[in-house]
Amino acid sequence: MSTRDWLLEDSPTSRWQANAGRAYRVFTAMLRNPLSVVGGVIILVLILTAILAPWIAPYSATGQDLANRLAPPSEAHWMGTDELGRDIFSRVIWGSQITLTIVGLVALISAPLGLLVGAIAGYFGGWTDRVLMGFTDIFLSMPKLILALAFVAALGPGINNAIIAIAITSWPAYARIARAETLTIRNAEFIQAVQLQGASPLRVIVQHVLPLCTSSMIIRVTLDMAGVILTAAGLGFIGLGAQPPLPEWGAMISRGRTFILDQWWVATMPGFAIIIVSLGFCFLGDGLRDVLDPKSEGK
Amino acid sequence: MAPMLEVKNLRVSFPTHRGRVEVVKGISFDLGRERLGIVGESGSGKSMTGRAILKLIRKPGLVTADRLAFEGIDILDQSEKQMRAIRGARISMVMQDPKFSLNPVMTVGEQIAEALVTHEKLPRHAVNERILSMLEAVRINDPKRVAGLYPHEVSGGMGQRVMIAMMLIPEPELLIADEPTSALDVSVQAQVLDIIDDLVTTKGMGLILISHDLNLVSRYCDRILVMNSGAVVEECAAGQLDQARHPYTRGLLAAMPTIDESRDELPVLDRTQWAGT
Amino acid sequence: MSAIELKNLDISYGDTKVVHGINLDIAEGESFALVGESGSGKSTILRAIAGLAPDWTGEIAVLGQARSHGVDRAVARQVQMVFQDPYGSLHPRKTIDATLSEPLSIHGLGNQGERVEAMLKAVGLDQRFRFRFPHQLSGGQRQRVAIARALMLEPKVLLLDEPTSALDVSVQAEILNLLKRLRREQGLTYLLVTHNLPVVSFLCDRLAVMRHGQIVEVADVAMLKQKRLGEAYSQELLAATEGQSPA
Repeated sequence: MSTRDWLLEDSPTSRWQANAGRAYRVFTAMLRNPLSVVGGVIILVLILTAILAPWIAPYSATGQDLANRLAPPSEAHWMGTDELGRDIFSRVIWGSQITLTIVGLVALISAPLGLLVGAIAGYFGGWTDRVLMGFTDIFLSMPKLILALAFVAALGPGINNAIIAIAITSWPAYARIARAETLTIRNAEFIQAVQLQGASPLRVIVQHVLPLCTSSMIIRVTLDMAGVILTAAGLGFIGLGAQPPLPEWGAMISRGRTFILDQWWVATMPGFAIIIVSLGFCFLGDGLRDVLDPKSEGK
Repeated sequence: MAPMLEVKNLRVSFPTHRGRVEVVKGISFDLGRERLGIVGESGSGKSMTGRAILKLIRKPGLVTADRLAFEGIDILDQSEKQMRAIRGARISMVMQDPKFSLNPVMTVGEQIAEALVTHEKLPRHAVNERILSMLEAVRINDPKRVAGLYPHEVSGGMGQRVMIAMMLIPEPELLIADEPTSALDVSVQAQVLDIIDDLVTTKGMGLILISHDLNLVSRYCDRILVMNSGAVVEECAAGQLDQARHPYTRGLLAAMPTIDESRDELPVLDRTQWAGT
Repeated sequence: MSAIELKNLDISYGDTKVVHGINLDIAEGESFALVGESGSGKSTILRAIAGLAPDWTGEIAVLGQARSHGVDRAVARQVQMVFQDPYGSLHPRKTIDATLSEPLSIHGLGNQGERVEAMLKAVGLDQRFRFRFPHQLSGGQRQRVAIARALMLEPKVLLLDEPTSALDVSVQAEILNLLKRLRREQGLTYLLVTHNLPVVSFLCDRLAVMRHGQIVEVADVAMLKQKRLGEAYSQELLAATEGQSPA
């Protein structure tokens, strides 16, 4: 029996096979959507670039070559060099590591936090809901970038603080989604059935409510990644994010601003990187939405 | 004279990842000014048949027929615009659940008025008169008050009566009722069906009653088609249901418990018996 | 000992009282039906006994033990419930195996694999259904799973909320047969809520007719079979049902 048959088996013989089969069906459904494939490939390339940066990058990210400063794109320097003679192509490649770290850590911190807060508020309702959502609304009522700015200003500039600031500002949106989802399922009969079996509220939330919130969460987080990258770049741009000489894309654009009219490539190349990766996350998110939406499942 | 509705070899199919699947597999019947019941279980294709007659099957669903004609008009040839003139005005459909068929932000009276004026230009006072008399016809005691209510303010049975009023006010020639009472209580069911029956007989309309309930259909129809997996397995006069020959029909009848039930176990349909028919 | 005892039970949803002064005594091993139209409060009583409608006054005793207002673990092993809608009562992202193992995990019971296999067999489901998701099952199969889930904790009392009203006639017959057999084999007590009198006639020993949150009449099923219910309203219900049977 081929792996494909095993995955598409109508009567799986283990829980593991059943779940793998479901994942495989989601995966093949994704492949049918060209945009999501493009998005997936972009994100895959980003991840591979980040992992393989030491081998791909032709030059060091920080090595200066003052004799060769502000050189236009050429065969030796595909994206040209910046004001200190550093190879921009190498810097963009090394920068992918930073971008991926930011995106990954923000998702890892804010999504579970938002999920939990939202699910608890939605499940218990009443005062718990009012207090938690009131808190969430305070965060939501302030512009994200400004709030992140305030946090970084308080915590001090740097890439780690930027990540924390972005994570703190992005969880409230997830809490809202998780709460809305929880409200629609908390009175479902399958939830009442586990309550009747004597399951504790924690168990009901974690094992039965959260799995149904995760798909809309994954979609939303993926779509938000573009925004996270832009916020990180924005922080880097005003000098509150990654500090020199780290090859963060936003910071690189900021440095290139001075030469934008005469040496356009210094600011443009990292700009392209940001646009492409952001687009990749958006495409992937749209594709995931089409596939993971629980309403379209089972048909 | 040709029958009001002619259906010959009607087929409805939908694409799936295993290829096209036919949900209605070539059924034929004629309908005059009579009451026809279509009975079947879920997935038998009975609702699809009703929708196909009104050309309500959306893409990627595909409807084909050797002949599908209403009063000599070939339905499959009609454009969407021409169909809109037929739907409601000449053929009406009552659906299962009034909650989903009524617009929640319009009063009952406004909705009935809309159903009327889209098909017929009338002065305002005439419209109001028609609405009130129609609401009376569906046995609503206080039509003036009910006309001013919103759908969430009326009960299920009342909602369904409003739906029927809406469907019948343009005086169609054929009414298709798809499970019109399965969302209602038993006592209300009878009332609603009596109303439909009464209006259909006095106005000399045709009726297609689609239901899963054999007994109900046999009580309100002249003729019955029993459908199973897309095909008609039995056609008989309503009074002769107890002489049904097809094992599926007989199985359905036997599987129903009765008030004076004395069997220890209900006979279960053996689905292998007629597989392939 | 009585399986379920209700004394002066009033149940409210918010400010509106929907059930008034119910007194009922259901013996162990009995199959009892609550009959009435929608809004008569019959399902509400079931939910109060289960612990899902906590806003009540009066007394509810299950197997001789007074019941608290919420859901609790001790009661969970004695009373379980089967819901009406087989499409809404199973978690869409969990396999049948996961759904059936869950009550065992909650109560720390071992031998999960064997118990699940045995239960699937008891409700007449083939083992190949074990690792399927609910959307791969038909309505009748799902209802079998829901019954299996309710029986995993080996309860003595089963609350059945219109367990067959969403099913086709032929499937209804299968589920009714199954419920009848399980009661015989496991000595269960049933409290069935339904609007379908023939189902009561097939499955139950006694019935209570309800209207506007009150019990109109308690009668033996033999009386129902002979169509000799005492109250006018019960006769009305009977007539409405009868009207739909072939003359």
